[in-house]
Amino acid sequence: MPTKKASLAMPDTRGRFGDYGGRFVPETVNVALDELTQAFKLAKSDKEFKRRFANLLRDYVGRESPLYFAERFSAQVGAQVYLKREDLNHTGAHKINNCLGQALLAVRMGKKRIIAETGAGQHGLATATVCALFGLECVIYMGAKDVKRQAPNVRKIKFLGAKVIPVTSGAETLKDATNEAMRDWVTNIETTFYIIGSAVGPHPYPMIVREFQSVIGKEARRQMLKRLGKLPDYVVACVGGGSNAIGIMSAFLKDTALKDTSVKLIGVEAGGHGLASGKHSATLTKGKPGVLHGSYSYLLFDNEGQVILPHSISAGLDYPGVGPEHSFLHDAGRVQYRSVTDKQALKAFKTLSITEGIIPALESSHALAYLMTGEEFKSKSTKMLSAKSPVVLLCLSGRGDKDMDIVQSKLEIE
Amino acid sequence: MTANTMKTAKTITDFARKFEELKKSKRKALIPFFTSGYPSLAETERLASIAASAGADFLEIGMPFSDPMADGPAIQFSSHQALSTGLKMKDTFSLVERITNKTELPVALMGYYNPILAKGISRFIKSAKSSGVGGLIIPDLPPEEAVELQESAQEQNMALCFLVAPTTNPKRYSTIAKSSTGFVYAVTVAGVTGARTSFSTSTDTYLRELKSNISKPIIAGFGIANGPTARKMVRHVDGVVVGSAFIELMRNNSRTAARKQVGRLIEEIRKSLDSGNNK
Ligand SMILES: Cc1ncc(COP(=O)(O)O)c(C=O)c1O
Repeated sequence: MPTKKASLAMPDTRGRFGDYGGRFVPETVNVALDELTQAFKLAKSDKEFKRRFANLLRDYVGRESPLYFAERFSAQVGAQVYLKREDLNHTGAHKINNCLGQALLAVRMGKKRIIAETGAGQHGLATATVCALFGLECVIYMGAKDVKRQAPNVRKIKFLGAKVIPVTSGAETLKDATNEAMRDWVTNIETTFYIIGSAVGPHPYPMIVREFQSVIGKEARRQMLKRLGKLPDYVVACVGGGSNAIGIMSAFLKDTALKDTSVKLIGVEAGGHGLASGKHSATLTKGKPGVLHGSYSYLLFDNEGQVILPHSISAGLDYPGVGPEHSFLHDAGRVQYRSVTDKQALKAFKTLSITEGIIPALESSHALAYLMTGEEFKSKSTKMLSAKSPVVLLCLSGRGDKDMDIVQSKLEIE
Repeated sequence: MTANTMKTAKTITDFARKFEELKKSKRKALIPFFTSGYPSLAETERLASIAASAGADFLEIGMPFSDPMADGPAIQFSSHQALSTGLKMKDTFSLVERITNKTELPVALMGYYNPILAKGISRFIKSAKSSGVGGLIIPDLPPEEAVELQESAQEQNMALCFLVAPTTNPKRYSTIAKSSTGFVYAVTVAGVTGARTSFSTSTDTYLRELKSNISKPIIAGFGIANGPTARKMVRHVDGVVVGSAFIELMRNNSRTAARKQVGRLIEEIRKSLDSGNNK
């Protein structure tokens, strides 16, 4: 159903992006969401807040992050691929942008205790980092399976003085960690600020996370225009909850929301063992609208409404839900959501490493894999790189240090 | 006046009617909670009968969900156990049908929103109604998000019980009360479900404040696990829900022993509620 309204004008006051979003939460946290909405509104128009955030992004995170033309990788895929290097950020992923913003809000609101959920451990690491920076108590919930498969991040989180609580319910992954973080929040609502790590959750979180991640898109757009004098043909990003994707895409939504022109936006979900296997995390491709973790959005669930345990080789994409704005953009047809399998992601992981000397996160490898498999690119029969080849801006959301164990074990099996 | 508003004005839910009775007899409501299908459907049915003869006034039956965000370890455990036996929503409906045929107790279903959405709101409410469910408690659905559900519930004369919490801004009390057509569910603690040994001293003030602001029946729940706390909690309100305490008894005892102990605990709480009343 095409729509005339751009999602950037959303959400409305009820936190809705079209039908999606809202606030499906236990009553206890309602007031905290109101307070957060208010604090965010004031902070957004506060020069001092903006200055502090901008300075930290520059001096602490190392922004702006480079835009890199990956020439040898481009030759492999037959597209001119520009990587937005979020992997070079302090702590190794885009997650730190959002954590700094939310931690500044927490400090402003006088909260002393921070909790977060994490899958890949990148959000946990970024949260533990900003807590060290601001002297805040920090508790990270992480699925027991993820604690094992992302061990390097767990060690770093602990070293930074945060507590890691392994969660043993469900599939012991991101969904379960989020349940447990929510329960902690309900219990400690007066003292605790919940830093949600993706563009998910009850209103105002999806709006806040988009705002703090929008720096990715703003920079990339400026860098593209400066470098090429034009916008890219495609913007591609992986989608777990959707924060790096909405961060980079938000700068390109407006151009074309009303007229179907140039920049095509592609979100890549985790296809796991393949869409037919039922073992995947391709929420927008295979899910239906439902309610989990506070918002109405696409979700993987069975006929009984029970949430299906997702699967992905990438802990950061191993989640059965997705941010509500992506559900809106999906229905509106503004963003195309595709998926690649574990295997394809692994192959892209190797390819980027070997052709560019950049080891990508398994999450980001999904976006890369789409350039090697997607219909828009595969059909370029010659795959010869030329000035006519499509220009792709790809969000390299993080680096792969955390994934060494898992990749090694998979490659040994092969 | 439209036909619709006339209907609203006249209709009173079975729950509301039951509360009028209780009020007349100066009796506080005792509402035991059991998870449907834990440890088995037959056992939940049996416990319902035990509860009825031990002095319960309503029953709350939990519809298991894969991700019970507002629940502590006991109810999480019972939900996952029940789901792992392959329990379906229609099993819970037929359980309620058997219970309401066998006992006089009105039954409230407690469940998360996604299974209801998955079934289809109006279909869900019709099936619930025809199996004898009198009211609904949905912990992740605040009244602001419940417009569609309210319409269907009203059509079927199904009571809705919205939750209020110690952190709720008093400005919202009237919205919550207005939307609640059965009782208002007063969450006693900022937290998840689970038996507790102590409550914040401010709980009493909060419940009193609620009662002076809300004219509809108020039921206190979350954490109440024995006679003395039930009596304390019920002082300003109209009844209590007790849940996790029973599940722990079932979890830690053989079935026959659990039945006895659950019955005994309900009797103990009944006595405490009644003695509190006579004071
Ligand atoms: C490097 C990296 N990319 C992407 C993601 C997925 O999250 P999102 O979809 O919110 O960007 C994660 C999550 O952990 C991550 O660590």
